[in-house]
Amino acid sequence: MKYKGKLFRASKEATGDLNAKVGKIPQQLKSLFVLFLVLISLFFLLRHFFTPDTFGKYGHYRAAAIDSIMSQPLRYAGAQLCMECHDDIYALKIESYHRDVSCEGCHGPAIAHTEDPSEFVPPAPRERGYCPLCHEYNPSRPTGFPQIDLTSHNPPKPCIDCHDPHDPKPPHTPEQCSACHAEIYRTKAVSHHAPLLCTRCHEAPEAHKDQPRMHLPSKPTSRTFCGECHAMEADSPKDIPRIMMSDHGIGYVCWQCHYPHYPEVR
Amino acid sequence: MKKDKKELTRREFLKKCAVSAPAVLLLAEAESIFAKNSPELSDHKEAHYFGMGIQIDKCIGCGRCVNACKLENSVPDEPFYFRTWVERYVVQVDNEVIVESPHGGGEGFPSNISEKGIARTFFVPKLCNHCANPPCVQVCPVGATFSTQDGVVLVDEDYCIGCRYCIQACPYGARYLNPFTKTADKCTFCYHRIKKGSNPACVEVCPTKARIFGEISLRSSPLTRFFRFNKVQVLKPYLNTEPRVYYANLDGEVR
Repeated sequence: MKYKGKLFRASKEATGDLNAKVGKIPQQLKSLFVLFLVLISLFFLLRHFFTPDTFGKYGHYRAAAIDSIMSQPLRYAGAQLCMECHDDIYALKIESYHRDVSCEGCHGPAIAHTEDPSEFVPPAPRERGYCPLCHEYNPSRPTGFPQIDLTSHNPPKPCIDCHDPHDPKPPHTPEQCSACHAEIYRTKAVSHHAPLLCTRCHEAPEAHKDQPRMHLPSKPTSRTFCGECHAMEADSPKDIPRIMMSDHGIGYVCWQCHYPHYPEVR
Repeated sequence: MKKDKKELTRREFLKKCAVSAPAVLLLAEAESIFAKNSPELSDHKEAHYFGMGIQIDKCIGCGRCVNACKLENSVPDEPFYFRTWVERYVVQVDNEVIVESPHGGGEGFPSNISEKGIARTFFVPKLCNHCANPPCVQVCPVGATFSTQDGVVLVDEDYCIGCRYCIQACPYGARYLNPFTKTADKCTFCYHRIKKGSNPACVEVCPTKARIFGEISLRSSPLTRFFRFNKVQVLKPYLNTEPRVYYANLDGEVR
């Protein structure tokens, strides 16, 4: 009996230890634990059903979206494709001023034409209104870009009457500077320098008219050039404003302060 | 006593069963997540890193890019939906700046601009900058907008919920809400074109080659030449968005 009791006590102590470890967690915590487990598994379950298939393959997005974006149909074929059939026009254009102008820039998207040339023929803009999108005078356009004044430039003829859009050189060699440098011409016309010819200050080689960028006209290089008219001792009409070349704006050339095509005095 | 204990164990056992059932289910599900056959995906791990260069001095403001973009990407015609657009800056002699973009520049710009006298004036083509550090991707609550591995920021049209957070977050105003799909929309660098080796539509039609497209980190790329010959700036560099659209000869007035 005594022995038995001792044994019983010993085992009771052992299980008591276990109870101390496990049994002391309060019941409400245990049920909370179960609740959390259920909620977490519910979260994973729902996430599994609501997350798209390929989400997370490459990053925090649906990888399949890349494919669906890439499957968007092309509308512009690209100039290279046009060239394969229209090599005659390509040969003409590549030597011309329009060498950088893409076929579809004017003719519009033409992938349908590459698939079935007879089914869809890309339109060609022939009206006078189209070319001015690029070539009408606009002060914001970069200097040197060929621009015209629509009201004075041969109205109402369509541009393609005189200019081949695939090789748009002027129909004849321009005679006057104003044909290309209209903006400067107009500015100068209302300035004090109106009576001066362009060639008074710029020596333009004849070849400049045919190949403007290859043969550039000269520009004055020194103060003494302006001094030919504006120096105190210059041999020029009396009403021309004079300056002392020796103390006026030393260290500068004249056109750093005075715009020669429109000298101030407003 | 012993009987009690036995009963307790049984209860415990049942409880444990109840708990472990969903856990086992969960495990099974987890396995199925990994085992799930994803649809055929093309390999997007090619070593691309796309960027665009824009030469301000070459832009003539003809708006061909704006129209080409609308046609290529079916952007709504209304004059307030643009994936790319052209702005005109007019800095007047008194330093007052006029910025305008009628119809996104798609129909050209009027030639009479300022009565005060112009100090300088130029066009600035704009589009999504495809930032390396994009604020729009950060704010998207569902992961519908993202940067691909080749450096293009895209919108997942099927997954976007149209909450407009990204439209608010973009410091360049490059996004709009597509009125038909009711999802955010923006320039994709014509992702469907560039992955097939073509240029984006705007680059394709630009008559003066003011837009240059290519690989940023490749030595034989038109962009590399662009970087070699130009002083290059990005828009709003102080925001640390690290745009991948680079501007040559950008004026300080451009915002």
